[in-house]
Amino acid sequence: MADIRNYTLNFGPQHPAAHGVLRMVLELDGEVVKRADPHIGLLHRATEKLAEHKTFLQAMPYMDRLDYVSMMCNEHAYVLATEKLLGIEVPIRAQYIRVMFDEITRILNHLLWLGAHGLDIGAMTIFLYTFREREDLMDVYEAASGARLHAAYYRPGGVYRDLPDSMPLYETAKMKVHNAKQVEVMNANRHGSMLDFIEDFTNRFPGCVDEYETLLTDNRIWKQRTVGIGVITPERALALGLTGPMLRGSGLAWDLRKKQPYEVYDRMDFDIPVGVNGDCYDRYLVRMEEMRQSNRIIKQCVDWLRVNPGPVITDNHKVAPPSREGMKQNMEELIHHFKLFTEGMHVPEGECYAAVEHSKGEFGVYMISDGANKPYRLKLRAPGFSHLAGLDEMSRGHMIADVVSIIGTLDIVFGDIDR
Amino acid sequence: MKLETLKQNLQGALADKVVRFSEHANQLAIEISPEHWLEVALILRDHPELHFEQLTDLCGVDYSTYGDGRWKGPRFCAVTHLLSVKNNCRLRVKVFASDDDFPVVDSVSEIWPGANWFEREAFDLFGIIFTGHPDLRRILSDYGFIGHPFRKDFPLIGNVEMRYDPEQRRVIYQPVSIDPRELTPRIVREENYGG
Repeated sequence: MADIRNYTLNFGPQHPAAHGVLRMVLELDGEVVKRADPHIGLLHRATEKLAEHKTFLQAMPYMDRLDYVSMMCNEHAYVLATEKLLGIEVPIRAQYIRVMFDEITRILNHLLWLGAHGLDIGAMTIFLYTFREREDLMDVYEAASGARLHAAYYRPGGVYRDLPDSMPLYETAKMKVHNAKQVEVMNANRHGSMLDFIEDFTNRFPGCVDEYETLLTDNRIWKQRTVGIGVITPERALALGLTGPMLRGSGLAWDLRKKQPYEVYDRMDFDIPVGVNGDCYDRYLVRMEEMRQSNRIIKQCVDWLRVNPGPVITDNHKVAPPSREGMKQNMEELIHHFKLFTEGMHVPEGECYAAVEHSKGEFGVYMISDGANKPYRLKLRAPGFSHLAGLDEMSRGHMIADVVSIIGTLDIVFGDIDR
Repeated sequence: MKLETLKQNLQGALADKVVRFSEHANQLAIEISPEHWLEVALILRDHPELHFEQLTDLCGVDYSTYGDGRWKGPRFCAVTHLLSVKNNCRLRVKVFASDDDFPVVDSVSEIWPGANWFEREAFDLFGIIFTGHPDLRRILSDYGFIGHPFRKDFPLIGNVEMRYDPEQRRVIYQPVSIDPRELTPRIVREENYGG
């Protein structure tokens, strides 16, 4: 018989299941993967080095462009690190707003993950369903920050502005395909404040998750593609540096929101879902339950925010700008404003590491300041980077089609892996 | 776990191998000399009172322009962030490479497999050599890239740019055609500047 040798296959970077720009060299024995060697860096923009040349405030919007499906979580880790070095307090209302938007972001991220993961392994419909709900949350992002994706809403010391009192409405004149009656239906939940709109969302969202689950959870094909694929033990997951749902899917109840709480997570009532087998299916179940738990947290935040008005950014004008009105009338505040936006704030010498429970895992910012108006060194610890490093181990011995399932379950986004 | 307890445990387990303890923003950092790093890493992972089972992050730092020339120590440092899930605590370990021209630090990818890619990244961006690493290739920069881009003496705009050349009908590399510009100058103020 002829001697059959292993052959190598180039996967990506243009493959639709490569989630952007993953190039992978697969060493195959027949259809069985012997070794997977991901080549990353095709989206490398040197964010960390760029931040060394920008003031602390100017570097903040770069964070949105890291993991571009969970924008505000990235910003959160950055502002936490800056605040730790500055040693400033954040107003309690800003902390609640941040927690609420972190959880909105988590739902946004998991919805995109669910849709894309479904598409990867053959479930078409789910993508359309998840994008329907994403649209509402994107509107919330836009109403609060002015941008649908790159929000730049968090600031060292608080958030940029308070939540708006109204939601933008659909206008009949601009709608080409809907008549006035249909537009009125679309506007039905938009007549109140933004908090009313979010509350309406939280009331119907659990029903939407049920819909997704009827499509997938007991679906025979879905199970065939995910059960028993990419199994990882909790010990191995820790050693490989996996965090977030990847770790919880293996049965370890480790969640920074509970274990090392930041902001007001210690006042929130929520549960940490964990898996049992550590395979793709368990991680799917964990993420589905996380969406329900995020929904609970958002509800609690909305209730609190309704009855507790207050400042949303610190009044320390060396960190946060004075009000527009004050700046026009008061010399002192004009100077603060000028210094803050020309030279930027000076962060005291020191170093710190701040981590948040990002939708994908632990997102950390390690910041060194030498007392200048720019960070001396900024290191971004992206969860996806460690997860992708574990891909080789998880895919060995699996079929080539299972590699696609595993890439899907890793929830990788190249913005934060390549930085 | 409280920082004090962690510090005592570290002192008990590592004795005199710690060059320096430092505490900032409620976080503990230790400095280890490069010859003890492997030994210390094993103790940090396996000692029952420390039990740092996860390596969260590893990165290089180039201290050459720190504080506008105030820095006197070695230039390159490998900074590791460790997490103990069992004890719920974190630790930062700094290992300074003794030779500035040829920085070498032992690889810990045998101890924490998660360190593998982080060390490749530090090698790629800072040129720190990790001895004992199974596969020390570049990871983020381009195939055939020259230099270590995150070093402070590497220009922000880079050295080469890439474009399509219609005459040769292929993509070529050429020296950069843009000038470096810094919109906001970097300033280190004296203490208590402006009250």
